[in-house]
Order: sequence, then structure tokens, then C-alpha cells
Amino acid sequence: MPRTLFDKIWDAHVVDRMEDGTCVLYIDRHLVHEVTSPQAFEGLRMAGRKLRRVENTIAVVDHNVPTSPDRLTEVNEPESALQIATLEQNVKEFGVTYFPMSDLRQGIVHVVGPEQGISLPGMTIVCGDSHTSTHGALGALAFGIGTSEVEHVLATQTLLQKPARNMLIRVDGALPQGCTGKDIMLAIIGKIGTAGGTGYVMEFAGEAIRALDMAGRLTMCNMSIEAGARAGLIAPDETTFDYIKGRPFAPQGADFDKAVAYWKTLPSDEGAQYDKIVELRAEEIIPQVTWGTSPETVIPVTGLVPNPADETDEAKRTQMQRMLSYMGLEAGQKIEGTKVDVVFIGSCTNSRIEDLRAAAAVAKGRHVAPGVRVLVVPGSGLVKQQAEAEGLAQIFTDAGFEWREAGCSMCLGMNPDKLTPGQRCASTSNRNFEGRQGPGGRTHLLSPAMAAAAAVTGKITDVRELI
Amino acid sequence: MDKFSVLTAIAAPLNIDNIDTDKIIPARFLKTIKRTGLGKSAFADMRYNADGSEKPDFVLNQAPYRQAEILVAGDNFGCGSSREHAPWALKDFGLRCVIAPSFADIFFNNCFKNGILPIALPEEICARLREDAAMGSNAKLTVDLARQVVVRPNGEEIAFSVDPFRKHCLLNGLDDIGLTLEHATAIDAYEANIPSWQPKIQGA
Repeated sequence: MPRTLFDKIWDAHVVDRMEDGTCVLYIDRHLVHEVTSPQAFEGLRMAGRKLRRVENTIAVVDHNVPTSPDRLTEVNEPESALQIATLEQNVKEFGVTYFPMSDLRQGIVHVVGPEQGISLPGMTIVCGDSHTSTHGALGALAFGIGTSEVEHVLATQTLLQKPARNMLIRVDGALPQGCTGKDIMLAIIGKIGTAGGTGYVMEFAGEAIRALDMAGRLTMCNMSIEAGARAGLIAPDETTFDYIKGRPFAPQGADFDKAVAYWKTLPSDEGAQYDKIVELRAEEIIPQVTWGTSPETVIPVTGLVPNPADETDEAKRTQMQRMLSYMGLEAGQKIEGTKVDVVFIGSCTNSRIEDLRAAAAVAKGRHVAPGVRVLVVPGSGLVKQQAEAEGLAQIFTDAGFEWREAGCSMCLGMNPDKLTPGQRCASTSNRNFEGRQGPGGRTHLLSPAMAAAAAVTGKITDVRELI
Repeated sequence: MDKFSVLTAIAAPLNIDNIDTDKIIPARFLKTIKRTGLGKSAFADMRYNADGSEKPDFVLNQAPYRQAEILVAGDNFGCGSSREHAPWALKDFGLRCVIAPSFADIFFNNCFKNGILPIALPEEICARLREDAAMGSNAKLTVDLARQVVVRPNGEEIAFSVDPFRKHCLLNGLDDIGLTLEHATAIDAYEANIPSWQPKIQGA
């Protein structure tokens, strides 16, 4: 029977199957960070259990590290410092490979995994973080888990799971200039909603996906969780193999050739069945921006903020009104021209070198608008180094943007980079939830190029006018 | 893990869709290395003003609902982050059961690991249960996991479905790491067959 990419990875990892269909699923890669692991290591210790496969496990600090240039010497918030110290103690005790803040390879776990060649096609990859879906861009089955499951993987190298359903999202046609993987993904979430993917693994296919570089694909799979999907997937192809070749933890030499031979068997078979198919035309996509406090509240930058009066469902109407009031927007207003206070370019969604190049292309020769603060936070120490070598950092600092150290930064308000109440932020991150970037903060999600356009004009701007 | 069998309790109505895990427990409260003590911060931004005083219109700040053990919520409850701090916070507040039209996958999964029963029921039924819940302590709901029914105050029984394995674990308070380790021989056999080209993460 023809199988999908998801079916193939799933089948290859079933260790045991119980009567009711629950499977013991083998996990190839377990990525660990400081926020969701302390209780898991503690549980292991209390039960006297060992870490089953240290060679499948890697740890890095990202969520609550400061991103200021002097962060190695400055005093962190005490609770953050304790979480970092706890991780360092745990990796030492259990012998886990670890990238500390002082290591050039440190960065956001979902940037580090692919960058180091730790995340590979055909693998099962988990992490105590919902954006683990990112790694699906390599053709790996990757998903976020809670802390109890982190402990479960540490102890058994497996998870108890039932298979998800298969969804295909096909995006054909050519993406217009000024649009990116971020815009495709926001358009998809706008179309199917934040619960549209619940229970599914979402495979992205079609000409527009094949044409994306790895950074664009990683952005799309990263946000598949915002559509509620268990995971996002893109079939591995030459773009994937070229990306992986030579990375430090990837197979080398003859092993790489063997790996590629296997990876080429992974794409979905002709005639494979999907439980749901969604289709979009790439050429119809316009740069996207969110107006509300859910990623599904997204419109083209040329669009108008919707009017709750047009909503027939009373509960939904009330929620829209609440969103408008929280966001400080008027029903029916143009989203373009909305003034911003802060611009954040970073996060596991958009902090790779390609993202920084796109932002720098807009920032070059321009200057930050008066009164606007702009943070550019590379996804890893290696991305930072490369951006400096390519002259991107200079473009940003010349434009009056802050050039910072690697970490999750202003994506989630767990470190010193936060919005203050009422501040409006154009952000390349993934969630515009109330208070996500700091209590009372107002988030507009958009692409790195759109963020740079907002930075230099001080308002939400159609980047196509600047390129 | 705590067992869950029959729960008769006050239910709190929370008719808002897409209650995300940042709403259930904002990120600034995740800087703990413990599982306990998060109840006071559950729904922090919906529940408290900036000065720390309570918002009187938030349901869990109202008299009967401070004792609620059941929450009847809106669609797509628990979307967003994988943080298990969300069910930890609900449990520490005293909630043992959440009923909603749908749940986000990771949150749904995390509930079962913590003795919380998430029940998905159609929106029109949730609407009726929210009406019951609005009657406060005069109208307790009963959730019977073994029989898989929610009993309304008028005696009407509403059937719900639950995964048999998860039901078994919840009814008996089982730690599933122990259960999985019963498959150790199969895991050993699987690992023996991992292809040699697959790299090991070692050295730093």
C-alpha cells in the first residue's frame, strides 16, 4: 500500500504495538533545554532510573539566557540563573553533550539542531518545546512534548503514542517578490485556523515549497504547531541533502552516501492517501501581518482589520472585540500605517542567516525611525559569527538596530527582553498571544523583511514598496 | 500519579475559545524547578490586575468557583506551548477535569500525565454544561470515568469517549514509564538494528 512520508517514519520507529493501537515509538533525538527539563531529571533521580541513551541526547540553554553583549559577566535574574545552573548540574551528572552560553554553538534549540546536523531526515525528534515541529523541515518526525514525556524519553528512549492522521498542504505556483515562507505559513493558518491541524501531521508539498531554501522550510514547519498540527513535514530533497552535508554531527563520507540512499526512500509514495488536503496558490500570497491575539487573526498588509459587527456568532464577536481592545486597534482600519514601538527580529521561527540577510537587504542604507527600538537576535552564536563576517551586523548597527547575542529573547518574555504594557511590536516570532512578549504587550507577527520595513518607517509597511 | 475515578464537584464556566497555555500560565512563571506551587499563578493575567489585586469579573475569583474542580471551557483549549506547567497550575489550583469542544494535542496529552481528565464534547453539549455551571454550587456535575459519563444536575447522562490505555492509567494512577520499561527487550532489539551510519551525539 502506498505510504506517506509520515507513515514511513512512523513505521520505522514502532518498537512495540499494544492491543488498543498505542505504540512504543523509538526516539532518535532528544533535545533538552533549561525550562522544561529540571522536573524530568529530578523524577529520574527520585526513581533511581538511568538516562537510557546519552548518545541520542543534546542540551542547550536558550529560553532565559540574556542576549546583552555582556551577558557572560552580568548577573542574571536569580530564578533564571537557577534554571541554567540546574541544567548544568544535570548534564554533568548524566553525561549529556551540552552547549553553554560561552560556546559559539549555543543558540535556540531549534536553530542549533539543524545547524549542527543533529536533526536528520527520517528521524524521530522530540523536545520539551512545542516548536520542535521546526525540525520537520528536514523530513524528520519532530514534535513537542511535556515534561512527563521528557522524563519518559530520558528513561526509555521511547514514547507511548498513537499515529496521527495525514494532512497534505500543497502550495503550487511561484511566490511573489517580498513574500517568504513566513507569509505562506501565516496565510495557511489564516485559512485553516489555529485548530485546523489538530490531530494531524501536516506535510507541505508543491512547487512553492520545493523552491524554498531550508530556512523558509524551517519557518513553515516551526509554525505548523500554530495551526494545531502535531508536526509539520517536508520531504527531503537535494536542497535538504546539500544543507546537511558537512555539518559537524551529520554522517560523513561513505556514511553520508548510505544515509542519502535511505533518505531518498522517504518521500510519500505516488497514490499515498491523505485524510485531508488543503491547496493554496503561491502567486496569490501578499505579505501577511496579524491584527489580533491568535495567529489565525491574520490579513494581507494591504487589508483592513475586520469588523466584529460582521461576525454572526456572539461568542466569536465578543472575542474579536476583546482582541481589538487589547491590541488598541479600530474595526475596519487599515493595518498598514499602524505605528510600532519595538521591532523584534529573531526567535526559532526567523533567526537564521537567510532571515537576517532578508532583513539587512531592507535595512541597508536606511535608519531606524525615531522612537523605535529594534532588536536583532541571531539564532545561534554561529549565525551571529556568519552575519558579522558577511557585513550584516554592520548594516544593522549602522541603521541603529541593536545587535545581540543568541537566545529566545523577546519571543516569550522569560528573559530581560520584554515589552512593557501597551507597547506595540512588529515581531518575526510565532505567537501573538496576550502578554506573550511581556504583560500588556501587543504583537504583530510578520516576516523578517516586513519587520525591517516597520523598523525603518516606524509603522507597519508593505515591504514591497521598499525593495 | 493521583487516581481519577468519580468526581462530583462545582464546575466553572469559561466560555472563551483558544485559551492558550500562556493564558493558563504566563511564561514568567515557568522559572521554577518544581512541579508544585503554580496554582496561585494559574490564569494570572486574566485573574489579577497589575497591582496584584483580583479582577472580580473573572470566574475563578467568584465565590463558588474558587472551589471549582471542573472547568467547562471553549474550543481549542490549551493551544500553544508544550509547557506542562499548564496542567500543573490547573491541578495546583484544584481543577481535576476540563471539558471543552476540543483541545490542543500536547496539552491534552499532558493532562493525562498529571491525573487531570480532559473531556471533548460537542459545542452544544458544552453550552448546556456551561449553563449548569453558571448555577454554581447549586448544580454540581459528576464525572464518572469508569462509566465514561458526565452526569448533569438534572440526572441526564452524557457519554464521552476516552482512549482505553489512558483510562486504565488514570483509573489506577499508573506511572507509564514503569509500563514502558516492561517493553525493555523490544527496545533493546530495536536499538541493535539502528543503522551504523546514524551518528551518535558524543563529545563536545
